[in-house]
Amino acid sequence: MYPASFNYYRAMTLQEALNLLRQHPEAKVLAGGHSLIPLMKLRLANPPALVDIGRIAELKGIRRADGTVVIGALTTHREVEFSEELKQWCPLLPEVAAHIGDPPVRNMGTIGGSLAHADPAADYPAAMLALGATMKAVGPGGERMIAADEFFLGMLTTALQPGEILTEVHVPVLGKGTGWAYEKFPHPASRYAVVGVAVVVRVENGICREARIGITGAAPRAFRATNVEQALAGKRLDEATVRAATENMVSPEGLLSDPFASAAYRAHLCAVLTRRALLRAAERAG
Amino acid sequence: MKVPVTVTVNGQVYQREVEPRLLLVHFIREVLGLTGTHVGCDTSQCGACVVLMDGKAVKSCTVFAVQADGAQITTIEGLARNGQLHPLQEGFWEMHGLQCGFCTPGMILAAYDLLQRNPNPTDEEIRHALEGNYCRCTGYHNIVRAVRYAAEKLRVQA
Repeated sequence: MYPASFNYYRAMTLQEALNLLRQHPEAKVLAGGHSLIPLMKLRLANPPALVDIGRIAELKGIRRADGTVVIGALTTHREVEFSEELKQWCPLLPEVAAHIGDPPVRNMGTIGGSLAHADPAADYPAAMLALGATMKAVGPGGERMIAADEFFLGMLTTALQPGEILTEVHVPVLGKGTGWAYEKFPHPASRYAVVGVAVVVRVENGICREARIGITGAAPRAFRATNVEQALAGKRLDEATVRAATENMVSPEGLLSDPFASAAYRAHLCAVLTRRALLRAAERAG
Repeated sequence: MKVPVTVTVNGQVYQREVEPRLLLVHFIREVLGLTGTHVGCDTSQCGACVVLMDGKAVKSCTVFAVQADGAQITTIEGLARNGQLHPLQEGFWEMHGLQCGFCTPGMILAAYDLLQRNPNPTDEEIRHALEGNYCRCTGYHNIVRAVRYAAEKLRVQA
């Protein structure tokens, strides 16, 4: 399958990329291409031009700034999966990355590309919501930080504006007493999440102080299960409590439905996977 | 629009002008005439098109040739040395790791990526590493044995 013809522009710096996007407002940004190229091959996307940001050095790498981990947008899923730093600082992300696609896909796909694409069944959005991540976007008007809760607007739609490029992802360092887990029911062919649930819990003396739950795959966009989060605050995360809090936690209304998984089945999976993720996270929090 | 690319494939440098929409797999097969890399599903799932790009396994049906500009590519044609099969190729032969052979080039290059970072993988690790490579003949069992054979041989050689 060939994509429709397009013009190709390669940027070697962020400034060059921003300039190219200004000159070619209809262009799409190409990073690893593992979300965009499949869409172009199916001709669901026919951009007249691509701006390739894949070689911009300043968009690569993982570093720590106090209590925050800064991940460059071009960091591949493989780099996240195997990063010793992330395993220490924010181990939820390597766990999530290991679930994305398959190893060759993880060698090319990038965290920034996946987030900017906002596939409703992508894995990272659930983690970003659970972590309370912040996305840094740079555009013609300068740079701004966008909270994960405000980032995912709908099917393949984010808060990024035309001309803006997602440059960094900021996530908190997960400290002592914090547990995390990602549970996923993958589609057997595509490996995308039919439902995926990421959980971060903060536990003090056996009591849950804060739970954050991000769910992907179920709805047109990733969302937080705030009703469950609230139900668990101040409680012990034992099986009975978690079961009670997750039962019928999501209504099938408004969920995605396809021949593989109906909305009702997705709602059921939300409850099952949230329960599993919470119990595993609670165990890790100690 | 045509764009110049310089790609090193199996140690040989190729300079060509390509349309930006040309996929790496078609560049390898149709422009360079190296047909050992296969097109299977064409949707980045089956892994028949896996090659090494700068040492890492990638699905060449989901990479534009322009993205490979300046890169080192290894295809199945580049693994044998002086008429000697690579231990992975030998392993697939010895352990009956193929039947029709369509998936084999991609399977071998994905396994190559694994053995570079993990020279002594467990069967489970082999299966996980080959998750993105489909075989419709063998049932995978002998493929795992073939990779294990290669891992042992490479460790002895090292």
